[in-house]
Order: sequence, then C-alpha cells, then structure tokens
Amino acid sequence: MDLASQLPLLLGLAWLTPLVSFVAILFFGPRMGPHGRNAAWVATAAIVTSLVMSLTAFFVWIGTHPVVAAHHAEAHASAEAVPGVAHAADRVAADASPAKDEDHHGKDHKDHGDAHAAPHVPVSYSGDWYTLYEGGRLRLSIGWYIDSLTVLMFVVVTFIATCIHIYASGYMHDELHDVTDHEVSLANGHHLHRPGRFPRFFQALSLFCFSMLGIVIAGNLAMVFVFWELVGICSWFLIGFYYERKSASTAANKAFIVNRVGDFGMLIGLMALWGSLGTLHFGDSTAVGDDGISVPRPGLFSLFRPADGGHALQVPDGMVTAAASDEVAVIAADHALHPADASSEIAARIPGWRESGLGGWLLFVAGVGIFCGCVGKSAQFPLSVWLPDAMEGPTPVSALVHSATMVAAGVYLVGRFFPVLSPDVLLVIAYTGGITLFIAATIALVANDIKRVLAYSTVSQLGYMMLALGVGGWTAGLFHLVTHAFFKSLLFLCSGSVIHACHTNDMRKMGGLLKVMPWTGYTMLVGCLAIIGAGVPFVIGLSGYYSKDSILAQALSFSKANPQHSILFYAVAGGAALTAFYMFRLWFMTFMGEPRDHHIAAHAHESPNVMVAPLVMLAVLAVVAGGALPGGLGIANLLEQARPAGTAEGMTGGFVFGESLTFPAEHESHAGAIHVTATLTAFATALGGVLLAAAMYLWNVLSPAAVATALRPLYTFLANRWYFDELYDVVFVKPTFGIAALASGIDRGIIDKLIDGIAWTARRFAGMDAWLDRHLVDGLVNATANATWTVGIRLRSLQTGRLRQYVMFIVVGTVALFALASMAFRVPAG
Amino acid sequence: MTSLAGFPPLFGFLVTEPVSVSHYLVVGAILFTAGVVCMAIKRNALGVLMGIELVLNGANINFVAFASPYLQSTDGRSLGLDGDVIAVFVILLAAAEAAVALAIVLNFYNNHATVDVDRADDLKG
Repeated sequence: MDLASQLPLLLGLAWLTPLVSFVAILFFGPRMGPHGRNAAWVATAAIVTSLVMSLTAFFVWIGTHPVVAAHHAEAHASAEAVPGVAHAADRVAADASPAKDEDHHGKDHKDHGDAHAAPHVPVSYSGDWYTLYEGGRLRLSIGWYIDSLTVLMFVVVTFIATCIHIYASGYMHDELHDVTDHEVSLANGHHLHRPGRFPRFFQALSLFCFSMLGIVIAGNLAMVFVFWELVGICSWFLIGFYYERKSASTAANKAFIVNRVGDFGMLIGLMALWGSLGTLHFGDSTAVGDDGISVPRPGLFSLFRPADGGHALQVPDGMVTAAASDEVAVIAADHALHPADASSEIAARIPGWRESGLGGWLLFVAGVGIFCGCVGKSAQFPLSVWLPDAMEGPTPVSALVHSATMVAAGVYLVGRFFPVLSPDVLLVIAYTGGITLFIAATIALVANDIKRVLAYSTVSQLGYMMLALGVGGWTAGLFHLVTHAFFKSLLFLCSGSVIHACHTNDMRKMGGLLKVMPWTGYTMLVGCLAIIGAGVPFVIGLSGYYSKDSILAQALSFSKANPQHSILFYAVAGGAALTAFYMFRLWFMTFMGEPRDHHIAAHAHESPNVMVAPLVMLAVLAVVAGGALPGGLGIANLLEQARPAGTAEGMTGGFVFGESLTFPAEHESHAGAIHVTATLTAFATALGGVLLAAAMYLWNVLSPAAVATALRPLYTFLANRWYFDELYDVVFVKPTFGIAALASGIDRGIIDKLIDGIAWTARRFAGMDAWLDRHLVDGLVNATANATWTVGIRLRSLQTGRLRQYVMFIVVGTVALFALASMAFRVPAG
Repeated sequence: MTSLAGFPPLFGFLVTEPVSVSHYLVVGAILFTAGVVCMAIKRNALGVLMGIELVLNGANINFVAFASPYLQSTDGRSLGLDGDVIAVFVILLAAAEAAVALAIVLNFYNNHATVDVDRADDLKG
C-alpha cells in the first residue's frame, strides 16, 4: 500500500477530531466533571490525537518525498536521484485510486540534468471528499489540497494548539468555580459574580482548531472562505470570553467588523475568479461526463500557470474572454449559425487579446481581492486596529489565535494563492507589509501593556511575512510564518505566565521577576532572542535568525533589482532594529532591575508545571525550528518542495502601476553578495536595538523618561498608536453614527410622523363612520322596528276574538271587494 | 203590467220576464244573505254552522242555475260551466266541513260548558 495515498485520510481525521471534541463539549461540557473540569481533558485529548496524526502524516511525507537542500546550486546534482523515488510513489497512488476523483500533480522532471530548464513542479494531492453542490459551472465541495506546506502547517497548528491546551488547563483554573470579575461593576456597586465558564473556553478552542485546520487543508477557495469565517467567529467568541466587560465585548465586535471589511474584498476576489474561470479549486481534477468521457477540469493553479507555458504566469483564457466580452459577443453574432466556428475564432484571437493586456485588470482585482481578506485576517495596514484590542481575550487565546495561527491564516492564504498573484498585486502586498511592519513596530516601542507590546510585535512580524511574500520570497515568508508561530506563542504564553503571577498587564509595575520566575524568564529570553533573529552570523542561530535573514536577503535582492522600491529593504532593516529594541525593552522591564511594585513582586510566584511545560516545549522549538539536519531536512527545504510551479525562476511584468517589476528568483538571494549584506545588516540592527534597550532599561545610562520628554511629540504620537483609532473614529465611526442619527431622525421625524398621521386620519374616519353607523343606520333600523311595533300594537285591537265580528268583517270586505270590482270592470255595452 | 211597479225598478223584471237565470240568482243571493246574517247574529255556534250551510247552498244554486240547459238564453249558448259537478263538490265539502266544525263545537263545549261563540275569544290579540 502506498503510504502517501493515506495522507488525505490522516489529515482529514486530524482535521475532524477537534470538531468531535467541540460537539462533545457543546452538549455535555457542563456535565464533564465538577464545573466541567474534564472538558479540558476532552479538548486536549482531541488536539493531541490531531497532533499525532499530523506528525504521522508529516513522517509519511518526508518518508515518501525525501527533503533535500533543493535551492542551493550545488545540491541540484545530488537531488536528482531522490525525486525519482517520489515520482514512482505518486504514480502508484494515482493508479491505485483513480475513481476517487483524486488527482496528482506528479512532479515530472522531464530533464533531471538541468533543474533550471525543467521547471520545478511541486508534489501535491488534491481531491474532494464530498461535493455539496454541482450545477452549471458551480461546484462546491469539501476537498483537500495537500502538499508539504499543508503537512507542515498541520504540524505547526496542532503542536502549538496542544501546548496551549495544556497551558490553558492551568491558566483558566479560575473558571472552575464561581468568578468575581473585578473589572465589571454592577449598578448596585458590587462586582459581577458569575459561574465559571471553563468548558465554554475549551469548546471554542476546539472549534477554532477545527476551523484553522479546515483552512489549511481546504482544496478550494470556497471552502477556505467558509473556514475563514468560522475562524472569525471563533475569534469573536474567544476575544469576548469575558463578555460582561465592556472592553471585551467591544473588542470582539471590533475584530469581527474589521474582518468583515476585509472579507468583503475577498468576496469580490472570489467572484472575479469564479465569474471568469468557473472554478475555485486549487488542484486539477477530471470529471466524468454523462457520456462516460473524462474531461479534465484544470484548477486555478493550472489555469494561471499552464504547464505548456512553462508555468509562467499568464492571464487565463477565461479572464481574457471575460474582459473582451464585447468582441466575443460580436464574433458570436457573426457566427450565430455555426457556434463551433465562433469558439474556434475566439480561441484563435485569445493570444492577441492577451498581448493587448485584456484581462490583466481582472487578474489584479482577483489578487487584490483575495489579499483584502488576508489584510483583515492578518491585521495588516489599514485593518490592523483590531489585533491589539483582541488582547482582551484570555492569554492562551492571544497566543493561539492572535499570534500563532489565526492571523497566520492570512499569510498562509497569500502563500497558497501565490501562483495566481501578478507582479502588481505582489507590489501591493509588499508595500502593505512594509507599512504595517513599520507602524506596528513603532507603536510597540512605547506600549506599556505587556500583551499589547506582543500584539503590535505580531502585527509587525506579519508585516514582515507579507513583505517577504510580496517581494517574491515565497519560502522566506512562509518560513517566517512557521518560526514566528513557535516563538510568538512562546512569548505570549510567557507573558500569560507573568500576568498570572502579577495580576496586571502593566510592565511599569513589574521588574526583577527573573529571581522568582526563572523558568518563565529564561524561556521568554529564548523567545526574545528568536524573534530578533539572534545568532552567530554565518554559523548558527535561533529559528528567527534563519527566517529573518532570508526575508532580509530577498528584500535586498528585490531592492537591487528594482531600485525605486529599495525603501522596502530599509523598512525591513529598520523594523529589525525596532523589533530588537521593543522586545528587550519588554524583557528588561519585566524581569531585570529592581521590582517597581513591591506588593506585586512579593506575591509573584512561578507558574505551575502544567503551564511551564508548554513553555519549555515551545522554547526548544523556537531554538531549533530554523535549522536543518545534515541531510537537508529542515522547514525551509520542506517548504521548498511545495514552492508553486514556476515561481522559482523569478518573474517580471506588471502594467497596472505603469512600470515593469522584476522579481528575482529566491535562490539568487543566497548569492554571496546579497546574503552577506543581509546577514550583517540583520545582525547589526538587532544588536543595535538590544544595546539601546539595555542602555535605557538595564544599565540606566539613558533615562527612558528623559528620552520621552526630549521626543515629546513623537512619543505622544506613538503612544496614541498613530491616532489610528481616532482617525477611524472620525472617518468611519462618527460618520456612521451621523448617518445613523440622520436615518433615525428621518425615521422618527418623517416616516413615523407620516404613519402616525395616517393612523390619526384613519381613527378620525373610523369615528365618523361609527357615528353614522350608530345614528343613521341604527336609527333607520330602530325606526322601522318601532313603526312595526306601533302598527302591531294598533292592529292588535282588531283581533277581538269575536267570531261574529270576524264574519261581519268578511262580509263587509267581500261586499266592498265586489263593489270595487263592479265599478272597475264594467261590462262593455253591447 | 207596469202597474206592478210597486217593485223596485231594479227587480221589476222578476215578475214581467219568464223564469231565467236571474231568478235563480236572486234566490241564491237571498239564501246567501240569510246565511251571512245568520252567521253574524247567531250567538249559538250551531246557528252559525247553519248559516254557513245556507251560504254554501246559496252558492250552489248559482252553480246549478248557470249549468242548467233549460235556463239558457235563446241563442242556445251555454256559459260552459260544469256547475253540476262543482255543486256536488260543494255539497261534499259542506258535509266534511260540518263534520269538522261539529267536532270543534263539541270540544268547545267540553272546555267552556257552552256553545256561545261570544265566549270563544281565546284568540283575542
């Protein structure tokens, strides 16, 4: 049996297990032990099962698709023999299950001798488990698209989720009994007293894991969108976990609404794709028609980068004809009697239309639309405002949802969708990432809430990833996504541990905690070193060292190719210095020096083992995740396997912004000149940032207060978060309220008045009608009745009961009748 | 013969003319009138019933008179009424009516110990 063909089953089960846990806790949570204590076990067991299956899938993958150091020129020769093995495995899988609508892009190196001539095609498995609906051009299905990126993301998500489930079962113990929420004051002056919500937390966490894994495994964009929204609603549940707090419920709504803005763009992108191409599936498949003939159904990736075009990005036929709909209509009218002629002529003219740029805008709209969704989910500028507020949720949520996984979904989707993105879209992405990383990093410099520093750091790092993807660094961006997931969840869990000990988020009340919380302190130091990319240049480093260096190198490579955009490189380099500064400012303020608040320091204590253990696990990964084993097995090389076809060679093009962009191939960034410069820049900037932080917060040679005073306007500007919330308040919220007030005024003043007037008039008319009814109609009826009554009373006296009198009446009447008749009817004379 | 003008002029023909339908009609009218007066003035219920019989028979005379071929006018035309048949019907109906009426009278007597119709004012309005 071929192991690789079992991947959909393995990952599908890993995906569904958290759903089972969610359903179980949903229905039986409160009955799971005292106060639902065992819900934690159910959820943790589910996610551990997921992790085990993901790891199994991971080992199956690296067993069947050996990872080699692919993108170094010297490795090409040694790599030749190995992919051949993988090919054989793919073919077996394809032969074994053709009926399952399962399709494999066998990576078919026609010519192993020259890896540059034969484009690299990633190994992927795609197919559908279940077709929800199929009709016309619409096919909605629950399917999978599995490549090494999918497998890797499964391991990352489930591993971090496992750590956080374990951690949360300790962190959330307050919810195991009735809770008095000191942040909520009731009208009667007391604090809110409520029952604990322990199972509810794990229920949402399970649903979240299910949704996130759904995005990762999704085989088509429609499914991505569904799970995208599910992730959003989970985030809403979890940010608003303490929903009695006004700040928490507001933050939850804010996150949800801001994400809707991005999702609106995503819907437009989906419509642009589906409307012009008629498919949302990533991978190719075949459909068996009614006549039994198999018809190939190319997926998005093949449509945009067809194999016969050397996997170079081109505007698909569907988009060209959609853009040239006027000409198409003319041709169709000319050949109305022979539709076959029309379609052949259209087909013949497509290359010409494509040359003239038709459909390019549609491509741009599709790419930017999908990216809009990613902007919302990954908290990129200008939709970055929700993420810092999302820190209202419990800290494990911040670690899992708002640093390691959910916000990574946006970056993941950009990475997944990368082959479809045109140069113009990539430029938009790069600049969005650059702006985001710079703004967020500057805000993090002055934030005093420990979680907010980390939140802005997350936004900034996501900006790094976006920028890396935008400058063509596919591996660099996703590599950083993975390493960042490890060290950022570590940092968040450490901050949670600190908050757990100090019962405050304010770093100005901390200090000197390293003595009482050594485990937390040192693991957090590891996280800080990892995020700033610490390492011995050119020798070895923590995980961030590798991923950040590759981002810097790619940004530099891009800047050299496109000098007009070299600001992107400066943003990355400057951001690295800022990152180093604010991370060590955080660490020094929290753990070093003298306690600033002795009351807090006296009560601080190391967290229980159940919380420390995940810290250590994550710290280990934060150290080693960036490296590679001697054989080449490492995250970067694993990702390289999934590199979309045709993106290894670099790309030039772009017409929307009126300039041609050159995206250098990613492996060129490993060239000596670029690599050395990038590494040294990264090292120097990081070292500078750390030294400045140490000078200000450790050695006290430079007083932070003095600096803040000296740069008062700048400090105020940053402390107010660039006035983004105020700006949005003025630009969006206030006008919305204004329009709402206007609408409400129209409603109350005009529509209500109109309706009231109509009602008043109707009431008046009804009154008149009632008067008429009572007096005229009733009066008429009564008068008739009265008259009848009176007549009856009068006639009554005639009924004497005297027989003889009656006889007299009869006689007199008869005689009278005769008299009348004889007078009326005279017999005519004669 | 005009000396017989002591009769009212309207009825003078009764003695000057030969017997014709008109004579019978006069007899019938007298009988009818006697019956009606009898009905109107008798307090005894049986007297009222007799009056009814007189009225009916007055009518019967009219029927018979109009039906008789001997009493036709000289041109020989009949009035075409089957008066004999109707007269037989009237006699029959008068018998049935008398039977019912006598039963009512007997019952009335049982209830009121009298046959005075002036006492029969139960239907007074």
